[in-house]
Amino acid sequence: MTLLATLARMEAAAAGRARPLATVRHRHLTDRPLVLVPLTTAGEAGAPLGALLGTDPEEPVLLTVAQPRDRDLRFRFLAELADVMLPHLESAQDEVEAVARRSGEEAELCRDAPQLLVPNSGGVAFVRLLGRSMRFRRTAEEDPDTPYPAPARVPLLGRWLTHYGERSRVPGSSLLLAATDLLTRHWATGQSALEDQHLGALLGWLRADGPGGAEAALRAETARDEAGRLLVPPAGPATDPAFDNRVLAPAVARYDAGVFGADVEIRNALAGQLRPTWDAMWEALALLRELPPGERVAGRWEGDRWSYTAHRDRLRAGEPPQPRRDDAVTAARKLAARERDQARLAAQEALDDPLVMAARRLAGEAFSGTVTEVRPAYSTGRRPMPRPLVTLRTDDAPQLGAGTKVWRALADGRAQPGECAELPGPGLVTVRLTGGMGRGKEPAPGSVPEPGEAVCWTLFEHHPRGGPDLPDPEDTPWTHGGPPGEARPEPPDPATEEDLL
Amino acid sequence: MTVSASVTGARTAGDDPGAAASAATAAILADTLHGRERGVVVDSPPGAGKSTLVVRAARELAAAGRPLMIVAQTNAQVDDLVDRLAVADPDLPVGRLHSSDPAAYDAALDRHPAVRASAKIADLAEQAVVVSTAAKWAHVQGGAVAEPWQHAIVDEAYQMRSDALLAVARLFERALFVGDPGQLDPFSQVGTEQWAGLSYDPSASAVSALLAHHPGLPQHRLPVSWRLPASAAPLVSSAFYPYTPFRSGTGPGDRRLAFGVRGDGSAVDRVLDTAADAGWGLLELPARHTPRTDPEAVAAVAAVVHRLLERAGLTADERGTGPAPLTADRVAVGTAHRDQAAAVRTALAGRGVEGVTVDTANRLQGREYDVTVVLHPLSGRPDATAFHLETGRLCVLASRHRHACVVVCRAGVAELLDEHPSAEPVQLGVDVRFPDGWAAQQAVLAELSAHRVPA
Repeated sequence: MTLLATLARMEAAAAGRARPLATVRHRHLTDRPLVLVPLTTAGEAGAPLGALLGTDPEEPVLLTVAQPRDRDLRFRFLAELADVMLPHLESAQDEVEAVARRSGEEAELCRDAPQLLVPNSGGVAFVRLLGRSMRFRRTAEEDPDTPYPAPARVPLLGRWLTHYGERSRVPGSSLLLAATDLLTRHWATGQSALEDQHLGALLGWLRADGPGGAEAALRAETARDEAGRLLVPPAGPATDPAFDNRVLAPAVARYDAGVFGADVEIRNALAGQLRPTWDAMWEALALLRELPPGERVAGRWEGDRWSYTAHRDRLRAGEPPQPRRDDAVTAARKLAARERDQARLAAQEALDDPLVMAARRLAGEAFSGTVTEVRPAYSTGRRPMPRPLVTLRTDDAPQLGAGTKVWRALADGRAQPGECAELPGPGLVTVRLTGGMGRGKEPAPGSVPEPGEAVCWTLFEHHPRGGPDLPDPEDTPWTHGGPPGEARPEPPDPATEEDLL
Repeated sequence: MTVSASVTGARTAGDDPGAAASAATAAILADTLHGRERGVVVDSPPGAGKSTLVVRAARELAAAGRPLMIVAQTNAQVDDLVDRLAVADPDLPVGRLHSSDPAAYDAALDRHPAVRASAKIADLAEQAVVVSTAAKWAHVQGGAVAEPWQHAIVDEAYQMRSDALLAVARLFERALFVGDPGQLDPFSQVGTEQWAGLSYDPSASAVSALLAHHPGLPQHRLPVSWRLPASAAPLVSSAFYPYTPFRSGTGPGDRRLAFGVRGDGSAVDRVLDTAADAGWGLLELPARHTPRTDPEAVAAVAAVVHRLLERAGLTADERGTGPAPLTADRVAVGTAHRDQAAAVRTALAGRGVEGVTVDTANRLQGREYDVTVVLHPLSGRPDATAFHLETGRLCVLASRHRHACVVVCRAGVAELLDEHPSAEPVQLGVDVRFPDGWAAQQAVLAELSAHRVPA
């Protein structure tokens, strides 16, 4: 946590209401996201209990499982889930634009990508779990001998959810987002990061007009009715134990006993648990939509569109489901790409948002000030190039030494490199520009700041590059176990005794 | 480090540390030059002669006519290694492969006639030994070299990440992996839990990936620390290497630190006298929760360094060359965070102290000084996170010195530790680290409290 974020938390705690951490929205929000509020069965990690989902805040679709341990009912729930989710996930597949790749060839890129929103990081993990539990299932058409054939579209939904779950691990991606992550990125509350995972408590800090955030959060977390149930149900996927014991368990027992109407009773009870979170999701979305999007958010969303398009292409090419585990090279490639994306996200958020940049300046990773002097200078060499010396006055305390590389954003989005030439006095920094001035003997017009101009230099790169190429998986070296062997579709999970009732 | 069942080369040869070290080195070189396995792993505690071993192994491999590539982790390490090779064997043709950035390598290497530096591997094809960073080696294309190197030495292999080894391992047939398992583990800024427990977890260390796939590789250990004084080796060994103990190459009294100027009775001078006498000193500030760049602690660190130099310290050691003045370049300040290092640098500049190295634990790895002053990683903290509890961080900070180490810390760390037991999730298939940071912190704290001077 940066010093400014700590300060914002302390201010929020003192004032009793949330404090902004950003002046723009740093994540993409589509016009029609699919909101999914899932619930899972206590003690049965992979057994969904119910879900409220949809794209219209007024008309959510309620799906429930009357007896979560019944395999047939679970499959019926998953089939219904596929019926609602797949049309959304597949909705952007066919509207494409042609984009010229760097290699010169043209590629199709989907113009938009469907977005999936869940309440918290537990919801993201549950989406991953659903994907893992569904994508290796076999349908009766694929394998007539399979003991428990899955409904037709369930494995396909598993592959989509796996893709979305995996993509959500990429820093700055927006295909699958958790509302609590979105809110805590943009606002600081006066409670701990753990408490911020509670969507109801988090909104308590954000709703407060005056002081009272702490009380509202406490009420959301702990207030119970006379029957001991939480007034604000948890945002899932775990349920309130008091609800489980006093409402759900007796109703499921009645359902098992064949009591008429027990399934409707369970449905209504789950709807009551899900609805407050559903409304909170849209409230959170409305808050986030009030922030204007950051300048570079659309560029990152294009990465999500490429990811969506690539998954579409793999499905259309008939490729097998994503493997259970990455091989050595794939894992290393993913990690390298995510580290690059993390560095890029940190740079872009700072460039998009003066409040984020202020935190970096306070940490000595950037400095801004007014240009006091510009001296022309040239590189020594066969062909002297302009290397002007720009001195600025700054109140920041950057961690600079002679030769430290610095960058600043030019109007066209490029980053101009420079290096610290000297620190001529207190509050003064002289930067030698080393690029971004064109190829001529004199700097291109406008590429060198003028005296009096306000500039902001960063000590971090604006367009960090990835690492070197890794070997192909079939060339995995001996130190890492050698090639993984012939790639073949993985078999479905074997049925175990615990799976069955 | 992980618990390893059998470690070869740990047999002691009587009481003579020199003989024990020679026996270990001989066994390592025999396995490297004549062994059947494709890899040899050498664990080296702080200051146990790792660089000397690398230079010796490189020269013997070159003498045997085996083309050798050396992989180090940072440019400073590469420059240092090339310099040691050239000094040890001025006729050995050494290549320094470097990046195409300006000033990519230390220009001091140009004074060695047999050393050739280039950004292109093709220019170095004739050199018997080519040295570069893992990052640069990863950019060497398979097509640029006719065939893989017969041998490689991977230096600081415990600080190298598994994915970095994956990128360079195709370049060599066999390799000697050398490193200190007690220092800081490699890390990643992004989450890597999804690969935890996989043998090739890209965020794990190169050695753990190697040993996961080849558990039968010979593992050796250097048994003697030549850097750490007799006052420090037992503590560092028991706190950070409980299952692979090592000892000091020097005995009590072999290393001496004295001051030409008598102490003025202040806490700073008393802690310096304690450290000169016992090898350790703890300057304890009153308990308080502070920001990371705690102004009082930073000022105390600067005051200790200032007085250390002002009091005209003299060091004498087992080499018997007579007392040598303790100069600023033989003193280092270690911190946990970069902003703390920056604050200490500013405070030292304010006192007119120049030439003292001030850096974070990450950057002090592999370095050696006569006296170190450490800002305790948990000083003034309200919590003890995994970062601050990491064993390697404290191990690096507590094992850089040849004579004495002064720790500056707020009171209350023991209570803080009691309130924050390690609570990292246990991952299936991941070796449990022993000791955990919590136990190591307690062990160091217990030793330091015997040399405590309240500020």
